[in-house]
Amino acid sequence: MRLEYTGPQKRFRLEVREWLAAHVPKATLPSFDTEVGFAEHRAWEASLAQGRFSAVTWPEAFGGRGCGLIEWLIFEEEYWRSSAPLRVNQNGIFLLAPTLMEFGTEAQKQRFLPKMATGEEIWAQGWSEPGAGSDMAAIRCTAQRDGDHYVINGQKTWSTRAVWADWLFGLFRSEPGSQRHHGLTFVLLPLKLPGITIRPIKQLNGLAGFAEIFFDNVRVPVENRLGDEGAGWNIAMATAGFERGLMLRSPGRFQQTAKLLVKLYQQNRERADADPAIRDAVMRSWMGAEAYTLATYRTACRLNKGAKIGAEASTNKIFWSELDLLMHETAMQILGPQGELMARSPEPADPGNGYSWLDGFLFSQAGPIYAGTNEIQRNIIAERMLGLPRA
Amino acid sequence: MDFTFAEQQIAFRDAVRKFLIIEAAPEMLREIWETKSGRSRELRCKLADQGLTAISVPETYGGIGLGDLDWILLQVELGYYAIPDSLSDTAYLASWLLEHLPADLALKREWLPRIAAGTARIAVGHPVNLLVADAELADLILLWHDDEIHGVTASDVKLTPQVSIDASRRLYAIEWSPSARTRLCSAKQGAGLWQQVLNRGALALAAQLLGLAQRMVDLGVDYAAQRKQFGKPVGAFQAVKHQLADVAVKIEFTKPVLFRAAYAVDRDLDDAAIQVSHAKLAAGDAARLAARNALQAHGAMGYTWEADLQMFMKRAWALDAAWGDRGFHKQRVADAIFADGAELGPGSTFN
Repeated sequence: MRLEYTGPQKRFRLEVREWLAAHVPKATLPSFDTEVGFAEHRAWEASLAQGRFSAVTWPEAFGGRGCGLIEWLIFEEEYWRSSAPLRVNQNGIFLLAPTLMEFGTEAQKQRFLPKMATGEEIWAQGWSEPGAGSDMAAIRCTAQRDGDHYVINGQKTWSTRAVWADWLFGLFRSEPGSQRHHGLTFVLLPLKLPGITIRPIKQLNGLAGFAEIFFDNVRVPVENRLGDEGAGWNIAMATAGFERGLMLRSPGRFQQTAKLLVKLYQQNRERADADPAIRDAVMRSWMGAEAYTLATYRTACRLNKGAKIGAEASTNKIFWSELDLLMHETAMQILGPQGELMARSPEPADPGNGYSWLDGFLFSQAGPIYAGTNEIQRNIIAERMLGLPRA
Repeated sequence: MDFTFAEQQIAFRDAVRKFLIIEAAPEMLREIWETKSGRSRELRCKLADQGLTAISVPETYGGIGLGDLDWILLQVELGYYAIPDSLSDTAYLASWLLEHLPADLALKREWLPRIAAGTARIAVGHPVNLLVADAELADLILLWHDDEIHGVTASDVKLTPQVSIDASRRLYAIEWSPSARTRLCSAKQGAGLWQQVLNRGALALAAQLLGLAQRMVDLGVDYAAQRKQFGKPVGAFQAVKHQLADVAVKIEFTKPVLFRAAYAVDRDLDDAAIQVSHAKLAAGDAARLAARNALQAHGAMGYTWEADLQMFMKRAWALDAAWGDRGFHKQRVADAIFADGAELGPGSTFN
């Protein structure tokens, strides 16, 4: 065990820190769930790509730096530390890209990765359907083979970033009459195709962070299939495994929130200390963020040594989503009567030191639901990690 | 960056685990509970045969000369099997303290080889603990007095046995008079040593609590998989599953905190105290939740003397408040993170 960075890693941190200090927009961008904000976040992705910082773990040929997992963690720490904009293309870069690297053809990688890195093509995800949420194998949207095309019909929903995104990846039923996880195919498709109707869904904050997508005889070339026909479920699951669990929420995010929470508490001691539970919650927040960071480093080191990560990855999702709730609920308590005021409200003057606790609080409510509800994660832990009998 | 254990460390842990499965079976724990001393000479000899008493003792005194990182995985096993022995107090804490006393070679020559050979029991009385564990059988008791370190024998002091809910803990109130004869080290030199012993004591218990938490989950899973109601194992019901899964989450996120704390202690890093306190709090949380939820998974059986779960629950409840209770460790964390100019946030984890 040796818990230190190497010289090159320390230099990399400095390089990232300096670049971000020089390039991160001074003013907070409008939410990427608005048209203007989406465009500004896309421009930021292009700026990141120019510095070759948009996808540091990718091979250089695709716009990355070929960084290892520790360098990736360093990059993420610096990124969150700098209060840089949220990543509008995270569906593509952190979720689809690892899948493409593993299952895509060389031509597909060449076609999709560079434009993903620059933000020229922003990706939305197409998993859930009205009848297939936690029970994703109940997917009914079809991709019927017709010569060198698939003809897509049906409906997807809760599709994150889909209102303004360019491309969508998702699972479709390609074998008529197939059941559950059989007969599903992983398809990549442009959202501007004829026959596609996108209906924005307003989220708690009033913005259209996700959408319903209707497909009416949408024709997609067969070359847009990722992996084999009918193998979609395994492809989706293979990288839903660890790499993706690791990359979905990097620890820097929660450490930054914990740091801001400690600051908020210290600036409001008089109000906060009226309830002794608040101090305790602030401390648990800091410890939780630290534990999540350490767990991620440990996992990265184990992966580097060739270990396989199994069902214990499901503990991650539960841990960070509950930590995020704890931190934001605690902040709301500290803010007291200021907590309900939205950022556009004239009062008060930035109680969050540049961070909107209310926006974060709202988003934290989604954490235990997206990317597999925490109930599903608990089932996975109980059955595959602890070995309890299936229901 | 390497957050993994060396192969030898894993191999040592595996060997100790194999040994304890047989030598520290629940039936044996119950037997030892019934004895007057609560300790087994035979078990101590077997622990010595495994090399466990010699781990910390420097090679020049007949030991193996290993450190905190070598101990930490073994401490988890000592917790998992709830061994009824003061092995850690003697072979980890007392051994470290004696070795680091200012050069009193005679004392080191007298005691360190005996620790290594498994022929001495040494109790450690730190002021953070109300009572002294295993004082009666101890050949030497190391005591705190205004930061000085004193060494006494059981015959020098008056011991009043106290009764813990954990029948394998043997605790004593101690009345004694410090004197020049008993003094081993000045307050000036002792203060830092006591601080380090405190960190090691809490670190050892954090590891044991983690092991206990894992044992209780395992017992809860075994029971829930066998016990049937409504025509199926109760462990097939989500309400039961999710309680045990919650403990698994706590355990997974305690491990790296514990291992980092062991690293900080081993390397004598500036932030060792806060890392240890964090580990103790996290492990205590995991163990208390494990006790509660494993008991619930057992239903009424969990409330009986007959079910083995009780041995591990009682140990966990007791150890949670030993070597610093929750308030003590929270205060140490608070002192660090609420300090002016404390470096927190992304990038501050490994300094």
